[in-house]
Amino acid sequence: MSHDHDHDNELDPFAARVRALETILTRKGLIDPAAIDVIVDTYETKIGPRNGARVVAKAWSDPAYADWLKRDATAAIESLSYTGRQGEHMQAVFNTEETHNLVVCTLCSCYPWSVLGLPPVWYKAPPYRSRAVIDPRGVLEEFGLTLPAATRIRVWDSTAELRYLVVPIRPAGTEGWSEERLAELVSRDAMIGTALAQEPQQTREPA
Amino acid sequence: MNGPQDLGGQMGFGPVAPEKDEPYFHADWERRALGVTLCAGAMGAWNIDESRHARESLHPADYYSSSYYQIWIKALETLLKRHGFVSERDLDAGEAIDAAAIPKRVLKAENVPAVLAKGGPCNRPMAEPARFKAGDAVRTKNFNPTGHTRLPRYARDKRGRVEAVRDGFVFPDSNAHGQGENPQWVYTVVLDGTEIWGEGADPTLVVSIDAWESYLEPA
Repeated sequence: MSHDHDHDNELDPFAARVRALETILTRKGLIDPAAIDVIVDTYETKIGPRNGARVVAKAWSDPAYADWLKRDATAAIESLSYTGRQGEHMQAVFNTEETHNLVVCTLCSCYPWSVLGLPPVWYKAPPYRSRAVIDPRGVLEEFGLTLPAATRIRVWDSTAELRYLVVPIRPAGTEGWSEERLAELVSRDAMIGTALAQEPQQTREPA
Repeated sequence: MNGPQDLGGQMGFGPVAPEKDEPYFHADWERRALGVTLCAGAMGAWNIDESRHARESLHPADYYSSSYYQIWIKALETLLKRHGFVSERDLDAGEAIDAAAIPKRVLKAENVPAVLAKGGPCNRPMAEPARFKAGDAVRTKNFNPTGHTRLPRYARDKRGRVEAVRDGFVFPDSNAHGQGENPQWVYTVVLDGTEIWGEGADPTLVVSIDAWESYLEPA
């Protein structure tokens, strides 16, 4: 990790500001820099959208699990060992032919970290946060997703501590697929609602 | 507060511009910013609502010209000063000069996995039954508090319907200001797009918010 090199004069002003803050807090004994390393490693290599994809694939494969996920998403997700920060109070919302779900946090950047990891920049930035609730179709077009005119759009504004996971529709032509293979069809964006699950021909053939 | 964070329905910010195969971090300082923010929060001097309020209290020009990790760090400096952990002199010098308040705890590396896995649940047992039930017609409150609130402007003074009674949750409007958790029932309330946006609204749009009980009146 490059944070421990010594060339401060190469840092941009904001990088220098963050480093100064870390240094001050460390010298005062208020934070442990090694703890930062563990936090970064956790969210860079361990917790990400593959977690959520496994939840979705299981819900597609197992009707009893899907029912549990609908009724008590926190417990159903915890059963797969995905727990913790920004996933304490989960809700799973299921797309249907009639209704497409889209998740936003207009007031800050609330996002289900335990199943999707850290949010992408666009999710936290003003264009998405401002427009998802007033012009969701326009937003989806920018992701290359055009929904039928009759499809109802349900936007979930995460204004409290509930965190939302969209369960996309299982694509046709995936009968008999394993959960591992199904999970490959489920992107981060499909679980936010800015994409659909991929069609089978869009993914590589299994080896 | 009617601050820069309250973005629903604002215009002029341009396209969303998703980045293909976006990395989790765009610079190494973002990694440190994430970690410093979480470690400082783990000292236990402030809660998530006070953090959010510190972020939305940035000047609008500053908020809109900052990336999200920049917003976090700027707000964190405010919180650290407010609670006596760093001084203006420390920050000006970029060095630890003044003595710091004693934190409740310091997050050590070996405890990070357990702390992250535990999270910080905000639900609380409720003594009183919920005032509303699923299906109830409600109207959201019309107010413009100068402090923290989680009822966005676009969703104020609107007719809606309770879709689900969730749980008792810490009330951010008081908790952000050190005035206690005062938990209230939270409801998922659905509002038709036409009720929110009126003329020209997408007729297929339904928006839901999660609303604390005091944000709602029977309709």
